[in-house]
Amino acid sequence: MDLNLTNEEIHFRDELRAWLEASVPKEWDEVREESLEERFEFLKGWQRKLYEAGWAGISWPKEYGGRGASLMQQVIFWQEMAQAGAPPMANVLGLGIIGPTIIAFGTDAQKTRFLKKILSAEEIWCQGFSEPNAGSDLASLQTEARLDGGHYIVNGQKVWTSYGWAADWCELVVRTDPNVPKHKGLTVLMVDMKTPGVDIRPLRQMTGETEFSEVFFRDVRVPVENVVGKVNEGWDVAIGTLMHERGTFGAGLQIIYKRNMDRLIDLARNLHRNGRPAAQDPLVRQKLAQCYAEIEIMRLNQMRAFSRINATGVPGPEGSIMKIFWSELNQRFQQIAQELLGPFGQLTGADGHAIDKGIWSYGYLRARGNTIEAGTSEIQRNIIGHFVLGLPRSY
Amino acid sequence: MQFGLSESQQMLRDNARKFFAGECPIAQVRRLLETVTAHDDALWASMTDQGFTGIIFPEDYGGVGLGKVELILLMEEAGRALLPGPLFSTVALAGAVIDVVAAPAQKKKYLEPICRGAARATVAIPEASGSWDPADVQLSVANGKLTGEKLFVPDAAIADSILVVAREGVFAVDSKAPGISIKPMPGMDQTRKLYSVRFASTPGEKVGESSGLGKALDVATAALAAEMVGGMQRTLEITVEYAKTRKQFGKPIGSFQAVQHQCADMYLETESARSAAYYAAWALEENTPDAAVAVSIAKMYASDASRTVGNRGIQIHGGMGFTWENDLHLYYRRAKASETAFGDATFHRERIARLVIDAGAVSAQSA
Repeated sequence: MDLNLTNEEIHFRDELRAWLEASVPKEWDEVREESLEERFEFLKGWQRKLYEAGWAGISWPKEYGGRGASLMQQVIFWQEMAQAGAPPMANVLGLGIIGPTIIAFGTDAQKTRFLKKILSAEEIWCQGFSEPNAGSDLASLQTEARLDGGHYIVNGQKVWTSYGWAADWCELVVRTDPNVPKHKGLTVLMVDMKTPGVDIRPLRQMTGETEFSEVFFRDVRVPVENVVGKVNEGWDVAIGTLMHERGTFGAGLQIIYKRNMDRLIDLARNLHRNGRPAAQDPLVRQKLAQCYAEIEIMRLNQMRAFSRINATGVPGPEGSIMKIFWSELNQRFQQIAQELLGPFGQLTGADGHAIDKGIWSYGYLRARGNTIEAGTSEIQRNIIGHFVLGLPRSY
Repeated sequence: MQFGLSESQQMLRDNARKFFAGECPIAQVRRLLETVTAHDDALWASMTDQGFTGIIFPEDYGGVGLGKVELILLMEEAGRALLPGPLFSTVALAGAVIDVVAAPAQKKKYLEPICRGAARATVAIPEASGSWDPADVQLSVANGKLTGEKLFVPDAAIADSILVVAREGVFAVDSKAPGISIKPMPGMDQTRKLYSVRFASTPGEKVGESSGLGKALDVATAALAAEMVGGMQRTLEITVEYAKTRKQFGKPIGSFQAVQHQCADMYLETESARSAAYYAAWALEENTPDAAVAVSIAKMYASDASRTVGNRGIQIHGGMGFTWENDLHLYYRRAKASETAFGDATFHRERIARLVIDAGAVSAQSA
């Protein structure tokens, strides 16, 4: 057990830190206020900058344009990005999930055609997984693809498609064989979002933003060479990649939580409660200390999980608790922020009295999505119950 | 960076687990808790042979010279076995206090016998206020004589010496000294006996200043948190096993999500408490700037989690969980006693607030 960074890790960190210091765009704070589209163009430019300096897709093998970074280097990467206040990269799904899927299952032609443009943010990707009737029970999805000569004809609807409105390409999971058990008849297709019959509608969420889209497919023709992996083995292609996602970006999320925590403590020193700084109120102190401790434990759980992967090559059982831990923690944290800010917590940035330009009211609402997106807390608990503790399946 | 156990650490943990399974199975625990002191000489001698009594102490005094992480692993296994008796009070508490505050001659006198299994010791801190904060101590010493009362002193009746925290420093008192009276304080947990100890002009030998006490108590507190993790782990194992075998409506109850999700939460709480305890041990060993915060985080989390894990485990067992025959209540009792010892979650949250909010962020994360 040694939680200090090795000399090699320190070297990597220092190199990255120096680059970020010189390169993180200072105008990000203002751009944040712009429209979603303008923001996205900005983020594409930022990713391009990272790409040109060799910092996009660092986990990818060198032969595909990555750095072949070690797990710890990936952890450090996300920590430093967050620490530097760097904007996110535009092609987050392409870099984290779709690129690795193509690397693992794609043909040489597919790799040549797609990978570089994922890294450079020239082509933005989305994932067509969830459907109105297939959420947690993803394998029951109904969007169908029928073979017609050299093409599949796709019909159906996807929902909760992150960046659907911005995407050039979609990793789409479709049913190619309705006559076999539900996991067996699925196939992964790469679909050009400009193909006739693709209809993208923004989905407005409770925060008022439109991060997600609904995507409708009506007689959309997809060439057979756009199948990833084998026909009817799409479950392994789509889910296999998700299961290998090691969640190193979570290390960056933890840094962001830590920064939010520091900010909240700072606010508590300056806001007044019962005639004294809120930071001196015993109840406020209890709540802040609880959150502070949990954010630290989030870091420790992550480091144990990453160390396990490093040592054994596979995610250990600690990994399965991370999603529940960060999502539920953020909800508790946002509620405590609301309690501390009192009536000011509800204000949006549009009001001059708002604290921190209204990020706290946004954060409170956005946190409700945390326990739903990327596998609900209920599904996460099922996974722990069945796969970690060995309890019988409940469904 | 590697936040995992080394090979030798894994070996130590596996050996300790095997040792406790053989020498102190639950039947032995049940036998000992019915005794007056919950102490067994033969078991103590075996533990001494294993090097447990000298695990973290310098080889100069007959110790094994291992680190805090090794101590934490041993205590975790002791907690998993619900080990009765004075291993915690003698080694992780009294031994740590002497090791930190005493001068070499006194270490020779008090630590060496502990290492070779010839003596047991304990530490007396709380008084009528029930506080483990040395700053709240009232007992004072005049002309080398102690007068006053200490409460919640673990294993005092089988300790050869009692280290008393007084306003003037830390004093070693012979448990047979004149004017001392030791009375049981029967509590929920009968595996670790608590006592009130009254002193009336009792002679004591000063072994160190109270100023060094914080570090020693942090070692004891982290060790206790690790012991609690072991208790949680065992409670989880017993409960999952029951959920797999107990059938209702024709199915194992573990196939119902209402039960499964409680088990998942027990797992989350146990693993999180373990992460915090391991880190606290490492931070103490390395003397990192955030070591005290890390210890408070570990004890705070373990204090709440060990109770919650126990609650869930008993609930999942249904009526069986409420019986004397089932072992869960033994762990549950220990969990409650440990929850309050060395400060409960509320105590440690306030300590975190003092260290982080008042003193400015002390963080390992400046990396």
